Amino acid sequence: MKLSYTKSSDALTVKIAGEIDHHTAQSLLASLSALLDTQHPLSIILDFSGVGFMDSSGIAVILNCSRRMKELGGRLEIVSVSSQARRVFSTVGLDKLMRISYGGTYEDNK
Amino acid sequence: MKITNEMKLTLLSRSVNESLARTVVAAFAAQLDPTLDELGDLKTAVSEAVTNCIVHAYPNGLGRVLITAKIYDGDIIEIIVRDTGCGIPDVEQARQTLFTTGGAERSGMGFTIMDSFMDSLKVRSTVGKGTTVTMRKRLNARYRSAPR
Ligand SMILES: Nc1ncnc2c1ncn2[C@@H]1O[C@H](COP(=O)(O)OP(=O)(O)O)[C@@H](O)[C@H]1O
Ligand SMILES: [Mg+2]
Repeated sequence: MKLSYTKSSDALTVKIAGEIDHHTAQSLLASLSALLDTQHPLSIILDFSGVGFMDSSGIAVILNCSRRMKELGGRLEIVSVSSQARRVFSTVGLDKLMRISYGGTYEDNK
Repeated sequence: MKITNEMKLTLLSRSVNESLARTVVAAFAAQLDPTLDELGDLKTAVSEAVTNCIVHAYPNGLGRVLITAKIYDGDIIEIIVRDTGCGIPDVEQARQTLFTTGGAERSGMGFTIMDSFMDSLKVRSTVGKGTTVTMRKRLNARYRSAPR
């Protein structure tokens, strides 16, 4: 699991590379939390273009991260989601709770 | 239904084996020439079932996770994931969306995902003896959706 990030005036874009499962979820959450603590972003964009696989362990990480962003008054958005991860997001209904984009177009279902 | 091929894999309940388990089953399923989405569905369902054995079945240490995959009549894959762990006291409750005994790092979505990504899901469990999850999916959406 590799994270890299770029920061603009108000958004922190975090690119995640690797597979998100129970084995990798804990360190992913720790890294994301550390970024929130040090960067204090108004909004965070998770770039999923390098995520080859995600299961429900990833859902728990995203929900946790989104909750923290809400507490800080900011928001979380996920971009460049693969077909596999998209099916997981839609099965659990997360695509109704946050902005998740796939294939370059936003699907804002709020 | 006739079994045309079968594989078995036994792993220790270490989380590093989650990706190995789903990769091996996907490689086995490749002989059915699945679509990418079908492969993704299988990998996701296997990952959920195996993760449950690793996270929930053996709270006090390590145990074995037994994975069997069978191909029936050339286009149905059956995946059986079994542990000899603590078992589930109330399977119906465990299968409910959002139900979890795992706290904040679990989402309670594992069985819901297995249910919707596979055609069928059967869960048998005995407290103190273990849990067996049996899932089936008919593959080859690419042929079924092709014009006849
Ligand atoms: N193999 C298993 N052994 C023991 N308990 C299990 C097993 N699989 C599932 N469970 C129980 O069923 C609950 C729901 O499982 P699941 O839907 O995958 O959600 P989660 O894993 O996020 O808790 C688990 O929290 C656990 O209590
Ligand atoms: Mg689970």
